[in-house]
Amino acid sequence: MSTVDAVNPGRRHFLTLTATVVGGVGAAFVAVPFLKSWSPSERAKAAGAPVEADFSKLEEGALMTVEWRGKPVWLLKRSQKMLADLPGLKSQLLDPDSNEASQQPKYAQNADRSIKPDVLVLVGICTHLGCAPTFRPDAAPADLGPEWKGGFFCPCHGSRFDLAGRVYKGVPAPKNLEVPSYRYLSESRVLIGVDPEAA
Amino acid sequence: MANTQGTIGLLGWIDDRFPLTKMMREHLSEYYAPKNFNFWYFFGSLAILVLVNQILTGIWLTMNYKPAAADAFASVEYIMRDVDWGWLLRYMHSTGASAFFIVIYLHMFRAMIYGSYKKPRELIWLFGVVIFLCLMAEAFMGYLLPWGQMSFWGAQVIINLFSAIPVIGPDLSVWIRGDYVISDVTLNRFFSLHVIAVPLVLLGLVVAHIIALHEVGSNNPDGVEIKKVKGKDGKPLDGIPFHPYYTVKDLLGTMVFLIFFALIIFFMPEMGGYFLEHPNFDPADPMKTPLHIAPVWYFTPFYAILRAVPSFAGTQIWGVLAMGGAIVMLFFLPWLDRSPVKSIRYRGWAFKLVLAAFVISFLILGYLGALPTTPERTALAQICSFIYFGFFFALPILPAIEKTKPVPERVTK
Amino acid sequence: MKKIIVLLAFLALPGLSSATSAEGYPLAKAPIDLHDQPSLQRGAQLFVNYCMGCHSLDYQRYNRMARDIGLTDDQVKDNLIFTSAKIGDTMKNAMPKADAKRWFGVAPPDLSVIARARGVDYLYNYLQTFYLDPTRPFGVNNFVFPNAGMPHVLWELQGMQKPVYAVHKDAAGTEVKTLTGFELVQPGTLTPPEYKEATADLVNFLAYVGEPIKLERQRIGIWVLLFLALATVVFYLLKKEYWKDVH
Repeated sequence: MSTVDAVNPGRRHFLTLTATVVGGVGAAFVAVPFLKSWSPSERAKAAGAPVEADFSKLEEGALMTVEWRGKPVWLLKRSQKMLADLPGLKSQLLDPDSNEASQQPKYAQNADRSIKPDVLVLVGICTHLGCAPTFRPDAAPADLGPEWKGGFFCPCHGSRFDLAGRVYKGVPAPKNLEVPSYRYLSESRVLIGVDPEAA
Repeated sequence: MANTQGTIGLLGWIDDRFPLTKMMREHLSEYYAPKNFNFWYFFGSLAILVLVNQILTGIWLTMNYKPAAADAFASVEYIMRDVDWGWLLRYMHSTGASAFFIVIYLHMFRAMIYGSYKKPRELIWLFGVVIFLCLMAEAFMGYLLPWGQMSFWGAQVIINLFSAIPVIGPDLSVWIRGDYVISDVTLNRFFSLHVIAVPLVLLGLVVAHIIALHEVGSNNPDGVEIKKVKGKDGKPLDGIPFHPYYTVKDLLGTMVFLIFFALIIFFMPEMGGYFLEHPNFDPADPMKTPLHIAPVWYFTPFYAILRAVPSFAGTQIWGVLAMGGAIVMLFFLPWLDRSPVKSIRYRGWAFKLVLAAFVISFLILGYLGALPTTPERTALAQICSFIYFGFFFALPILPAIEKTKPVPERVTK
Repeated sequence: MKKIIVLLAFLALPGLSSATSAEGYPLAKAPIDLHDQPSLQRGAQLFVNYCMGCHSLDYQRYNRMARDIGLTDDQVKDNLIFTSAKIGDTMKNAMPKADAKRWFGVAPPDLSVIARARGVDYLYNYLQTFYLDPTRPFGVNNFVFPNAGMPHVLWELQGMQKPVYAVHKDAAGTEVKTLTGFELVQPGTLTPPEYKEATADLVNFLAYVGEPIKLERQRIGIWVLLFLALATVVFYLLKKEYWKDVH
């Protein structure tokens, strides 16, 4: 029989540690495909690709809806009157200056929350619990009170937004409606889901 | 306050309420396994590894697979192309199925050469054969799911076997299908059985298999009972704690196995048409039979036996019975083998001869089962079937002619 | 060693794909090279121009193809998409299956995984062995797939050919016809070697479409094996260390 090496606790400890690390790294590698397979598939990405919207036929004061990533996206052609009403509402709003950065891209962080003032692009989902608010352009209707200058009203829990998607104070919704990223392709066409091309 | 296990702290708290440390000791750190395990003893732990692989990848595949005739084929391609890393999960599962059978066949062969099925381990063997049966059912039903031509026609042929049973046969096969042909209904119920019913049974049986093993202790290449010779401390002199000695050894075996496994997954996932058959890339078409239907390789030995038996007396039930019998015989192995000696190391040439004939005939049957029949091949399959069954009938009479060698008291080397 | 024997016996099993078609026509080997992106691009061009009228690639997305064969999305949009399909869509065609079945007897199959089902050699030879046969509805027949329902859609490229047989008598005195080659009856826009190359490109493309992940799979495989080799060394040393106790 050959001479048996005496047990070297240091070497044994080192090898156990190394094996544990190698095994751990291996397990982490194996976990990657399992975890990554949960991210959106190519099909989901294709369905979530930017959507083109042509609003050449949209009349002033009217709203159209397009679907983007399974969500309704509104395009509202705002009249001069509608735009003129916006500044006057400031005191009634929760976030009148759109300081909440997550709710709109930088280029829509302005008084009208849009690239071009007359066209508002908005994700039509209430920031409270995800209901779809209704478009209520009528001024001072019976149910919304004499102060109402037109806006969006969520029938689920009564949240109110103005015609720039800004949320009123004292309603359940905590944030302004979201403005998606979008760019103009021409005077009357926008592509929703991508930022404007860098100048 | 120390408990009976002498643990304190959180572990002590748990041990007061649940036998955690006790179980760890009984099954790992104080489970004494013979120190002379060789190459053949890797396949038990590898089988567990493959089982875990199948369960995990299977769960993940069901997240995107659609068990409907109209969608199944497309959903598999969706997994292969559109789901991030879906191709890997699918290949791990399809390769795992074949790996499972390779590992299990080698595991069973080990039991046969070292007499591991003999008293007192008969029940371990019986659990094992039932596991093997479940595995076959699991693989058969799983193979329908990709809904390719081979999925469809393979299932068609096998389910039609049941219609050979006299009187109830035709109704039985319709009942299994839930339709007059393999259809959406069949696919849906096979999916349910494949992903939940059979795996549950399988897991239960694996636990029973291991509990029974740890109750009587492992056999070894010398076929001696290590519990007979104990030291002053009451521990078998030829035993070593499973943990750490066999955990580190099995981990090494696992790494070597994984190299082969990865080699197939990443470089030859179809394995030349044996792990993924080419016709299965054609969607199932009930109007068009492929020219040559072959079951997946792990079923081919039994399929060859089925085809080797001619139909007579107006029924083809005999082939079905022979195929079933080929598996049923395995259950009787512990009682058919009457030799007092367990391991092939101390058995005579007679046993070595019949075992070699059995293994070779099994391999030839597997080869023939993958090919279309010709009269010569059928004749060869018949000879091999005779040898296959002959093995079981030869075992009881072997002790009369077999000269065994003396079995040592202690394990060698 | 028994281990080796078992493994070898297993590997020695004959592949289910054979060197001849089911009808016995000997198949020449298709020169597949998935790394050859210009070939894949030419194959894609051929496919959308000649095949896609009838055959779809339901599981292949345009943008994935663009990425994998070295084209930009815009190049694909401008040159390879003839329908209103978007870049992220799969390569479907507009032919209704029912009409197709009426026209051709069978609906033209989707070709996404055809290269995996039939093998590339089959496809390569199939595309080269159309010949004039007035008894067939489209006036052509095929050696690899006799009585195929498909017309010779690449005939403008290949031209039309007829088979040439050598006739001789066997021992029993009966005449035996063996195919010795083809004769071009009407030349196409490509020379025979060019046509061969074109079919190679097309089959190369179909081979890619059959399993788009293949090259990446092999690339990842190398790293996996390297890691496992390293792990094996570590676990070998660990096992050796612990087993010093047992002897």
